[in-house]
Amino acid sequence: MDNIAGSKSSLGWAVNISVVALVLLWIFPTVGLLVSSFRTTDQISTSGWWAALFPSEQSQRFRVADPDDNRVERDGVYVVEGNFFTENGGGGDIISWGTSSRDIAAYAPGETADMGDGESMSVDAEGNYVWSGNDEQISGRGQRAFVTAVSPPEFTLDNYDNILFSGGPGDNMAKAFFNTLTVTIPATIIPIVIAAFAAYALAWMDFPGRALLIAFVVGLLVVPLQLALIPLLSLHNDFANVLNGILGLEGADAISGKGYFGAWFAHIGFGLPLAIYLLRNYMVGLPRDIIENAKVDGATDFQIFTKIILPLSFPALASFAIFQFLWTWNDLLVAKVFLIDSTGQTTVMTDQIVNLLGTRGGNWEILATAAFVSIAVPLLVFFTMQKYLVRGLLAGSVK
Amino acid sequence: MNPAFQGLITIIIGVGGCIGYFYLSNQFLDKVLYPAKGPNAGRNINRANVVRPWLFLFPAIFALGLYLAYPVVETLRLSFTDRDLDGAFVGFANYQQMFSEPKFWEAMRNNMLWLIVVPAAATAFGLLAAQLTDRIKWGAVAKSLIFMPMAISFVGAAVIFKLVYDARPADQNQIGILNAVWMQFEGGFGSVIFLQILPAIILACFAGIVGYVGWIFVRPIAESRENGGGAGFVPLRLLVAVASLYLVYLSLNSIVGVFTGTLPYGEPQTWLTIPFWNSFFLMVVLIWIQTGFAMVILSAALRGIPEETIEAAIVDGANPLQVFFKIKVPQIMGTIVVVWTTITLVVLKVFDIVFAMSNGQWETQVLANYMYDKMFRASEWGVGSASAIIIMLLVSPILVWNVYNARKEMK
Repeated sequence: MDNIAGSKSSLGWAVNISVVALVLLWIFPTVGLLVSSFRTTDQISTSGWWAALFPSEQSQRFRVADPDDNRVERDGVYVVEGNFFTENGGGGDIISWGTSSRDIAAYAPGETADMGDGESMSVDAEGNYVWSGNDEQISGRGQRAFVTAVSPPEFTLDNYDNILFSGGPGDNMAKAFFNTLTVTIPATIIPIVIAAFAAYALAWMDFPGRALLIAFVVGLLVVPLQLALIPLLSLHNDFANVLNGILGLEGADAISGKGYFGAWFAHIGFGLPLAIYLLRNYMVGLPRDIIENAKVDGATDFQIFTKIILPLSFPALASFAIFQFLWTWNDLLVAKVFLIDSTGQTTVMTDQIVNLLGTRGGNWEILATAAFVSIAVPLLVFFTMQKYLVRGLLAGSVK
Repeated sequence: MNPAFQGLITIIIGVGGCIGYFYLSNQFLDKVLYPAKGPNAGRNINRANVVRPWLFLFPAIFALGLYLAYPVVETLRLSFTDRDLDGAFVGFANYQQMFSEPKFWEAMRNNMLWLIVVPAAATAFGLLAAQLTDRIKWGAVAKSLIFMPMAISFVGAAVIFKLVYDARPADQNQIGILNAVWMQFEGGFGSVIFLQILPAIILACFAGIVGYVGWIFVRPIAESRENGGGAGFVPLRLLVAVASLYLVYLSLNSIVGVFTGTLPYGEPQTWLTIPFWNSFFLMVVLIWIQTGFAMVILSAALRGIPEETIEAAIVDGANPLQVFFKIKVPQIMGTIVVVWTTITLVVLKVFDIVFAMSNGQWETQVLANYMYDKMFRASEWGVGSASAIIIMLLVSPILVWNVYNARKEMK
């Protein structure tokens, strides 16, 4: 619109700033989770994640190494030497230190503190200390020192190692990750096939009741799946019982009404209206000539569908596939009702995260990492296939 | 058997079975049942063409019927029965029990709040983002970042915002950003500006916009009285008008509250346990997710506006605000309604966010979570079904409206 006479380009900077603010506001929470997943428990509980991006200033209390074991005599004075950081962990550049809790920033690094009667102590920027004095002074417990150090941002991959590989049964998400994948892939692919044929019939075949059927699909588009939970769960249970009766399975061998099959069927059923609707809308827009020419040339409907319509409908197929993938991957309700049984072997990631929220409410390193592991795949799909997602959204809601 | 292996077999059987079914049933139709040769070739072809659509449709209709249509009827039936009495018919007893529970009315009240706030806020932010990002060079990147939460699960978003809302004792560093910001306020001049004047301005703007939208909806009725013509959808228009009046009242009330209330400065807040307001902190999560959706759709609609109308307005001396509100918004009103109803549907079914963040405690209950509680914790299928029917009733105006539009479009 910049070329329009009279448009105010002076507003440009204001627009830019507003958009920057909006975008920052929108990604801030996610970035917080991402940053937190790379921090240690201590770091998370002592400072906000935003502090992790900058060098952090931390005051710690150290004690000099036990003088009875470590002191050496040098020119008549006893000396204990060492390094606070290598002995106690931690690191960074010391900016100030002190020997009393009342004045923890009394000395600069490299300065020597005179503690009276010839006892003295010095600490340099790297944490090396020298504590010297007479036999009596350099004995008993080690001298206390209060050290304020600036450490550079520090990140760790331990959380991911814990969540994906080495963690305990409650924390380890590897199984849940594969369970989610197991639910998602069939539940994404199968409805596409079923819906594609139905959409073709609704778009390009003439038969009585077609308009009614389309209205039926549009209506089902908005039916809340909450209504389907109880009837379908009893249906699945009845079906499992019948199967058990036929196959003569009892006790632990018996097939449960809850399981992958139930989850797959439920996702297929719930995904179908959108699939049919999206694909039909797309197929209706394909050029009529191609189809009529093919018919004149003697192609059957089945051939027209597989050879012409299906390849041409790829963008719509991709759109729906992304929707269904995101929906099944992120789903909690269907998994809780139709999949997860009391053994807990079939838990999915969303369910495990909710459990972690209950049991590990304060352990943000675990929660953040677990959540990010489950978010990572949809985000990847989102950023690589955004084009199709947007196209599907536009076709699915704007008329 | 390994579930992953099961999954693979299911894909092969499912996809192969579907394609096999379609192929073989077509072959059967064309070669065996009504072969296109012999004395009745012509009649057979016609007959085959009558049957074929139903071959193509059968698996879909079967699945839709079994997994969506049947449950609606069955849930309706279950809502009139009692599971403890072997499914005996009990009339409206379940509904009576439900209506007598304060938790249900709490869920209803919260759901109404969600219904008003989330679609309004998400659409407004989406419109703002769409309008702003369309005018800058790096708009595509900005859009993609604002759109990103769409890919994040409600549960993931719940974790993200639990971190935002986290509270630590006052003597420790706050690790939740909201409390970290909150602790910066101590009741001085800055606090008055940011916590009283700024919210008051925002609320006043909100009240103004809502009032204006309500007026837009009501005006055709008043005009049609004068002209003697029908305005169309009078109940819907009145509903919008009442809702917007209530909202205006609510926001004006809040402005008074902002200035009269005393804020607990210096104390970290556990945001999710503050009654009434905690619902809004949960709504933020859904607004955060849905804004991207609204933005994408509205941005496409904005770009579809004919340039000439905008140019004409600018030549006539309209300022950017006038161009936006008087030229652009009226032209995309249809799309705004579609976005609004779509988000409304999401809101009605919202479950995961409440389930993961507060589980309906501290007066944050919503219908979908109430239903889950009844069905799977209390095992009261009757009451659970009754509340599911309530959700269905709330959805049905949109259902009717969508079907009406779809039919109108096909004619």
